[in-house]
Amino acid sequence: MKYQFDFSSVLAQWPLLLEGAWVTIQLSFLATVIGFVLGALCALGRGSRHGWLRRLVGVYVEGIRNTPLLIQAYFLIFGLSSVGVTMPILAGAVLALVINIGAYTCEIIRAGIESIHKGQLEAADCLGMSKLQVFWHVILRPAVERVYPSLTSQFVLLMLASSIMSSIGAEELFGIANRIQSDTFRNFEIFLVLWAIYLALSYMMRLGFWLLGQIVFTRRRKLGTPL
Amino acid sequence: MTHEQLTYLLLGAVGTLELSVLTFIAGGLAGLGMALARISPVRGVRVAAAAWIQVVQGTPLLVLMGLCFYGPNIIGIGSVPALVAAALAMTIYSSAFLGEIWRGCIQSVHKSQWEAAECIGLTRWQRMAKVVLPQALRIATPPTVGFMVQIIKNTSIASLVIGFAELSYNAKVLNNSTFQPFIYFGCAALLYFAMCYPLSRWSRTLERKLNATRG
Amino acid sequence: MQPVVELDQVHKKFGALHVLRGVSFSVTKGQVVAIIGKSGSGKSTALRCMDRLETVNSGTIHVCGHAVHDAALDVRALRRDVGIVFQGYNLFPHLTALQNITLGLTSVKRMSPADAREVAMEVLAHVGLAEKAVAYPEQLSGGQQQRVAIARSLAMKPQVMLFDEVTSALDPELTGEVLKVIETLASEGMTMVLVTHEMAFARGVADKIIFMHEGQIREEGDASMLAAPKTPELRQFLGNGL
Repeated sequence: MKYQFDFSSVLAQWPLLLEGAWVTIQLSFLATVIGFVLGALCALGRGSRHGWLRRLVGVYVEGIRNTPLLIQAYFLIFGLSSVGVTMPILAGAVLALVINIGAYTCEIIRAGIESIHKGQLEAADCLGMSKLQVFWHVILRPAVERVYPSLTSQFVLLMLASSIMSSIGAEELFGIANRIQSDTFRNFEIFLVLWAIYLALSYMMRLGFWLLGQIVFTRRRKLGTPL
Repeated sequence: MTHEQLTYLLLGAVGTLELSVLTFIAGGLAGLGMALARISPVRGVRVAAAAWIQVVQGTPLLVLMGLCFYGPNIIGIGSVPALVAAALAMTIYSSAFLGEIWRGCIQSVHKSQWEAAECIGLTRWQRMAKVVLPQALRIATPPTVGFMVQIIKNTSIASLVIGFAELSYNAKVLNNSTFQPFIYFGCAALLYFAMCYPLSRWSRTLERKLNATRG
Repeated sequence: MQPVVELDQVHKKFGALHVLRGVSFSVTKGQVVAIIGKSGSGKSTALRCMDRLETVNSGTIHVCGHAVHDAALDVRALRRDVGIVFQGYNLFPHLTALQNITLGLTSVKRMSPADAREVAMEVLAHVGLAEKAVAYPEQLSGGQQQRVAIARSLAMKPQVMLFDEVTSALDPELTGEVLKVIETLASEGMTMVLVTHEMAFARGVADKIIFMHEGQIREEGDASMLAAPKTPELRQFLGNGL
């Protein structure tokens, strides 16, 4: 039996799909930016003098990295609504994504921080720079430059994983596609179209990150070598 | 939580482990093939493998699951059992990532090893099997164990489109009828943690040992 | 005249290892002091203690009026007066030569970027590397990197400069350019303490040479000390040298 491909009913819904893609982009962008800040702060906390802070961040990071995003989202969203806290679905989705990516970002940045040669910290200290100045100029900036490829990959994976947010009702790309599916029953065609859109989104995201890297990391642009 | 409900959750955990093991075996074999293809002397094979890996790494696992669930219909096969569809999708997904990890490990075996083996007169396959792969295996163990954690977590996605009865699916079913998310999802989280954390720790220990000996 | 640097009966232990056993010496303004001795004699440790990179167990250290041995010392204030150059240069790899220098000027001395640039270019020219201002450390040779490191410390206008075996990591043909810069600084009246293996340099440039052995100062004097060693340890040390 030959399957009759029929993309027309799916493609006719392109405005909806575009809307969904836009929501995915927004979710990913917000989660990336906030998640990066959270991750950087946690990386700082991981190296803190205070044992309690190190342990707290450690529990957060290990807890997130050893459980699936889906369960985290369910726990957060359904958990909050069960105690009467309601929030817009998309806000909940961003929150779940931020909490998730924060843990991974923390580990990546921490690895970057630990790769900074101790001698440079000594040199900066001996110039008279304050701890905060040393952290920003000599530790964080080169650390982020060094782990930038890892960070890029992680954030692209985050965008792809945002599809999971459809399970809590978020109207991002996958969620929209589910709706179209129940209307048209052209399941395979829908997934093929989704595949194409996500591929395009991940390509654009990588391109965007690359451009950002070229702008922010002048050394990378001029020399082209890894730090 | 009643005894029956706990059993139901544990059954889900069994489903998770089933799918994970299947994926690791099948994905591992396919991944090895991918890694070898990526370093093939034939340019066409190298480029095709690289392109395929790029495509898979730019696809959400959820979409892949959908393709594998509804796909068989296209080629005339009727409905596919949930486990098979899920395992297929996860195998494709994992093979791409494992392939890249292993390619990196093979390439990090020092070039002098390749050269020494060549000078003894071994063929390409002999060099690979007897000299390079054994060393690459040591280097590959920590990240591979780390990736097993990813596999276990990714099985949760099989609960969505495909509706495979693993841990997340069962936890959701229980929550749907009782509306006690903290208990059921909390318990599911603990079960996942119990499966994943030992592997994560082991991976880090292996990495430390590896770095200690390589220096 | 109050000495710029004064150590008195300094003891330092690393766990069970007694590295400094009662070290005392002083450095007056404009003086160039070379500390020599074999590895493990404690000379680098003594230097690092002066800039509070290590703390001492007992004894006193006064540098530029700061009580370095004191736990309540304002370390940043001390380091504004002391410049130190390391064996491994420790340049910031993600910054250009110029930026390596301006970073301290803008962060610590709170100079405007324009003023910082001017001072940095001046000091780079002083070490002979004005044309390498926009180069990154990986584009420079070891000798050039070390000269940038010297410029970086020099730009902060310290009262005393410490050099910790700054030529030991360099290929022989690159040490000359670094020693030349140090010689220039000496002739300009900079107070300096150098831990060094370069005997010829010590003989030629240092006003005072200190020989350390197993955590203690065995001999102290000017260059003539090297021609006529009094202690068997120094004799052996010089005999083993070139």
